Amino acid sequence: MSNTDRLRELAISDAGFVFDPVTGHTYNVNATALAALRALKEGASPEAVIANVQEAFETDADDDVARDVYDLLSRLREHGLIK
Amino acid sequence: MNTTLSATVAVTGMNATDNPAPGVAVARALRHDPHFTGRIIGMGYDPLDPGFYAAGLLDGGAILPVPSAGRDALHHRIRELVEQFGITVLVPTLDSEIRAVASLESELRALGVNTFVPTVEAIERSSKPQLPKLGDVPGIRVPESVSVMTADSLPALVRMFELPLVVKGVYYGAAVAHTESDVTAWFHHFAATWGLPVVVQRHLSGDEYNVCAVGDGTGAMVGAVAMRKLALTDKGKGWSGVTVRSPALLQLAERVIRALRWRGPLEVEVIAERGELNETSLHVIEINPRFPAWCYLSAASGQNLPSAVVRLAVGEPVPIPLPAYEPGRMFVRISLDQVADMGTFGQLSATGLLPFATPLQP
Repeated sequence: MSNTDRLRELAISDAGFVFDPVTGHTYNVNATALAALRALKEGASPEAVIANVQEAFETDADDDVARDVYDLLSRLREHGLIK
Repeated sequence: MNTTLSATVAVTGMNATDNPAPGVAVARALRHDPHFTGRIIGMGYDPLDPGFYAAGLLDGGAILPVPSAGRDALHHRIRELVEQFGITVLVPTLDSEIRAVASLESELRALGVNTFVPTVEAIERSSKPQLPKLGDVPGIRVPESVSVMTADSLPALVRMFELPLVVKGVYYGAAVAHTESDVTAWFHHFAATWGLPVVVQRHLSGDEYNVCAVGDGTGAMVGAVAMRKLALTDKGKGWSGVTVRSPALLQLAERVIRALRWRGPLEVEVIAERGELNETSLHVIEINPRFPAWCYLSAASGQNLPSAVVRLAVGEPVPIPLPAYEPGRMFVRISLDQVADMGTFGQLSATGLLPFATPLQP
């Protein structure tokens, strides 16, 4: 199983509601996490996700986007959605 | 499953309260089958059972003798109802009925009534006191439990299992006890309510999942739908849930059915330790020898298990396994006031019968 197989199974709505059809767990994510999650689901690297979010949300370079993306990855790992 | 199903099906368990019996869900699932052209006779123990009043659900109804009246009383009543309604299939949905119906199978067949229920031996092996033995089967994990006949043995079990632990009635009910006095109180409660033994089980923390499944009686699983509860009542009953696609849960149900050579419907209650869905984290905490009250979700998610059971009862072949169900189908129960006709209540109260096309008087 690749690192994104479990992510690919997630059903994600535009409103930021996420349903895991394997466990039945549901999550709510904000707009930036939603963009990051969708990119990760497509197989983007963390670095590419950070760049995508910075561009999409027009953040300043010193904003903590990288920290937030790595925090998201950590939470996904806790929930068994990535390795 | 694409052929016309024209049986006259008697379904028990019309008591759809906040702790609902499965009968209404079974009847709804049959109505959900577009090929079902038969009739449904609802059966219950009280003229006020809510299912009798559900618009469009039943073609007739009947009051049964209480289970404590015994199998002969049930046999006699079924014979009367066969004459009244021409019943060809009986689907019992309450724990208290399954043994009696299983032991009456040949007598019922002689009346022209088909059933699809497990053997008495399989029911016994699935019971709470016998459940730990199922843990000897490879791939089936069961939390340690002990059947208790006297309160004297409770302190030793508290030391062995540590608190909290689970206390269960022999037929029904479970409570998590957080103190030794709670353990004693629940022991006496369940002993007084359901008799002995009372089962004391090691408490496992994790996510609870339920699988509704059907076995063909040879060891094969006809179908299975797995569900995670999303909301519970104060009695711990699922008020909302969602179907999940977990191969590990379905495989566990398949192992249970194979081990018991289960015939008919059952519900496997599972705890996933740490929320992980794999062979080593899944533990069977209970087996219910009947459809669960949420079984309409099986029909709504694309795998109509009640319809399959009725088809198997009348000897119609069904594809094994049934087509896959859809994950992410959700149910949320609702309490509402059905406006009912006093004529229905009066008919059931006075005669114990709700005949076909009962004219309801204003």
